[in-house]
Amino acid sequence: MSTTSVMGGIVRRKEDPSLIQGKGNYVDDIKRRGELAAAFVRSPFAAATVSSIDTSAALELDGVHAVYTAEDVRHLGLNPAQVAVGTLRPFLADGVVYHVGEAVAMVVADNRYVAQDAADLVYVDYEPGDAVVDLKEAFADASQVHDGESNTLLTWSGHAWWEGVVELPDPSPGIQEAKERDDTVVVSLEMVNQRLIPTAIEPRAVLADWNSGYGSVELWSSSQIPHALAGAIGVIFGIPSNKVRVVAPEVGGGFGLKLNVYPDETLVCFASKQLGRPVRWTETRREAGFASIQGRGWIGTATITGTKEGKILGYELDAICDMGAYSQNFTVAIPLLGLFVAPGQYDIPTSYALHCVVTNTPTTDAYRGAGRPEAAYYLERIIDAYAREIGMDPADVRKANYWKSDQFPVTTAVGMTMDSGDYEANLDALLDRAGYEELKARRDAARSEGRLLGVGLSSYVEVCGFGPSALAGLGFSWGGYGLPTSFNGSGVVRVQPDGTCTVTIGTGPSGQSHETTWAQIVADGLGIPMENIEVQHGDSLDSPMGVGTFGSRSIAVDGTATYEATNRVREKAATIAGHLLEAAPEDIRFEDGSAHVAGSPDRTVAWAQIAESAYQPHTLPEGMEGGLESSVVFSPPNATWPFGSHLALVEVDPETGDVDLLEYWATDDCGNVINPMIVDGQLHGGIAQGVAQALFEEAIYDEMGNLLTASLVDYPLPAAGNLPMFSLDRTVTPSDVNPLGVKGIGEAGTIGAAQTIVNAVVDAVSHLGVKHIDMPLRPKRVWQAIEDARN
Amino acid sequence: MEISISVNGTDRRSNVEPRTLLVHYLRENLGLTGTHVGCDTGYCGACTVIVDGRTVKSCTMLAVQADGRAVQTIEGVANGEELHPVQEGFWERHGLQCGFCTPGMIMSSIALLEKNDNPSEDEIRHGIEGNLCRCTGYHNIVRSVQYAGAKMRGEEPQGASQEVTS
Repeated sequence: MSTTSVMGGIVRRKEDPSLIQGKGNYVDDIKRRGELAAAFVRSPFAAATVSSIDTSAALELDGVHAVYTAEDVRHLGLNPAQVAVGTLRPFLADGVVYHVGEAVAMVVADNRYVAQDAADLVYVDYEPGDAVVDLKEAFADASQVHDGESNTLLTWSGHAWWEGVVELPDPSPGIQEAKERDDTVVVSLEMVNQRLIPTAIEPRAVLADWNSGYGSVELWSSSQIPHALAGAIGVIFGIPSNKVRVVAPEVGGGFGLKLNVYPDETLVCFASKQLGRPVRWTETRREAGFASIQGRGWIGTATITGTKEGKILGYELDAICDMGAYSQNFTVAIPLLGLFVAPGQYDIPTSYALHCVVTNTPTTDAYRGAGRPEAAYYLERIIDAYAREIGMDPADVRKANYWKSDQFPVTTAVGMTMDSGDYEANLDALLDRAGYEELKARRDAARSEGRLLGVGLSSYVEVCGFGPSALAGLGFSWGGYGLPTSFNGSGVVRVQPDGTCTVTIGTGPSGQSHETTWAQIVADGLGIPMENIEVQHGDSLDSPMGVGTFGSRSIAVDGTATYEATNRVREKAATIAGHLLEAAPEDIRFEDGSAHVAGSPDRTVAWAQIAESAYQPHTLPEGMEGGLESSVVFSPPNATWPFGSHLALVEVDPETGDVDLLEYWATDDCGNVINPMIVDGQLHGGIAQGVAQALFEEAIYDEMGNLLTASLVDYPLPAAGNLPMFSLDRTVTPSDVNPLGVKGIGEAGTIGAAQTIVNAVVDAVSHLGVKHIDMPLRPKRVWQAIEDARN
Repeated sequence: MEISISVNGTDRRSNVEPRTLLVHYLRENLGLTGTHVGCDTGYCGACTVIVDGRTVKSCTMLAVQADGRAVQTIEGVANGEELHPVQEGFWERHGLQCGFCTPGMIMSSIALLEKNDNPSEDEIRHGIEGNLCRCTGYHNIVRSVQYAGAKMRGEEPQGASQEVTS
């Protein structure tokens, strides 16, 4: 890889000029002539049969065009982009509702005000039943969410999930034997990793325009996966995918919640087809608690068996994972992602059982980290508890069990092969920078004055950059409907006739700065200035086949495709330039917008001249095809495995239980870095979401299945005053599964953060006898834990 | 109802339903879609505009309540091609990612700096507390406002786009 100042350098974002002037186009900003607005009638019950629906009053209201119920859309079948495990979600509830907020009817009217008025005039008769909300009760299966089906959809256990793909070691060699030894300790904690509402600030929004003349549909959606959505819409309506244009324009935050094919996306297409008018729907914030997915929601017991000297002989995780009422896009695969990193950075025997259990609540699916924050939380919390039990420093326990840098690539206890890592050096870099020993001394000094300071540490490893086609071989996700299921990446690089460059990619941003980062890759490879490069994305017909932005996959997979396409364009351009300059192609160098002959800077030809020649084939070398573009599909041999270490200093108010996050340090390793400013920004936001889980956020349901935290009044996203500045640094251990040596950084901060905070708070109060406090660590809960320990 | 509002310095006369929210008036009637809607309780601040010099969450104000007043939106912040120092700060210091909260965040930051062009970190954090961002963790938003404050004081902003942490 060549290194110029563009690659690896700080470059202001190409995305920003429009966004800081309010000129970005999000879905709700786009207008179509004659458009109508939809609103949904939603169930007030978590479990009920629907005995009748009376739409007459709504239909009589001026400005109402239609009211649709299950009867109208039953012929569309089911959304194919859902995991085929358990009961699948219909487009509109069909006689039964399984969670509060499930859509029962859709109203279409002149505008959103009238649509909402009409929705209030739809009368639905429900016969309520008993809701299954408590996760442990659901697991006990005393009553079923879906009649006649066990609440446990499946349990990820042993290695049946991976059978036939790789050869696995026994997942738990010797753990039981180790437990029975006299010289070992067994430390176990039951912990809740609570449900969260992802909460992108832009609610989801959709706009469909069906053109019966063309037999095609255009659908704008605030989506992370426009290609998958287009494929699904084609299947649902029985039209070829090349008649479906899905556009994801500016997307105002995704975090996994926009990684689903949602019923409303189909329903607006249906309504537009029926009514011959464009139809839009924009989610309200309150609806987002029902109409979009949620995340996390595990209750699990983590157990470590180890020697008194800090050698871990076994790690066991047994967790019940809340799937909500229906399987959707990934749902049951989220715990599996956690399983991939269950042993973390450690060479430890690992045993696991992750039970995927349904409840009468909205569906859970991917939320930033998706299974990996949960896995890191259980492992890193119990390692801290084990360290405390044997009286060892938690940093030393971690080091005693890390994989060593010279062992890579390593195959972990769950059969995954990790590309590269240097964990001890990474942790040492963090501890040195933060002054770990001084912090502990500061904590001890404060404690002697009656103040409660705590130091918390966590390591993490992430699996991302999906990824190898073999993962799609699991066969349960996105299979069977003609979509790009194999997680390839794609990129098209085209030099325009005027020497500017267009890059079209199969993945797109919801804040991650693809336009800037991809432009840096191409600018570096071609020597074309950043301002002359435009990056296009998010159009299912105009972008190359892509899978979408999730699982921190874009740079490692689609970024590599663009890098390879750039190389091919440069190679051809070098031949053309050589022809024009009468020099050998291998002597051509590209920089500052032109090509020159090595050692002869005055023998130069501008990109515009090279491009002009490319588009006039008679000027090209004999036999060369015209044009100057390349399209590459990249399939990596493995996922990537970023890692890092985080450290927090907190103070707990002994009188109120209030937690003050004083300082936060993180040393992350995502391999090579293309734009450090952007990578740090991803970490800031990721850490903030992990801190938010640790201290503030929780989706709370009452026993009837009502979501008590559907508004931002009750679901406290952290505000600026709740967070400190974050002190970041990095180590660089390149991946060898792609030529850029990159790994991915979108989720790392979140995966590292929550347990770092909880470890710090427990450290602050452990001398009082507190062993664990469940998140979120709001004042009352911390105060109660201190009180309980004292009494 | 007939209303007359000065929007970004231009008088706009319209006939609106009394229940029309100011944010919907700006977005739907005037096509000023830079002001965003992120919640329905006035908590997220994506819809923040400046009305007669004070920040207002335009999803909690009716258009008719703005009758006879002066409203400034994100579209009226730059001086032609020249960005406002706060806009420049957000660009220079990577104060935005998805950009959805950004217009509201910029409006609140402008109101903050017009009252106090040299705020402490705490004062900045307090001043933008009514605006939620899910992407940045506020770290670079604080730095963006610091950058803008320096510019507005006529000083050269300190630091680089990416901090050197120690």
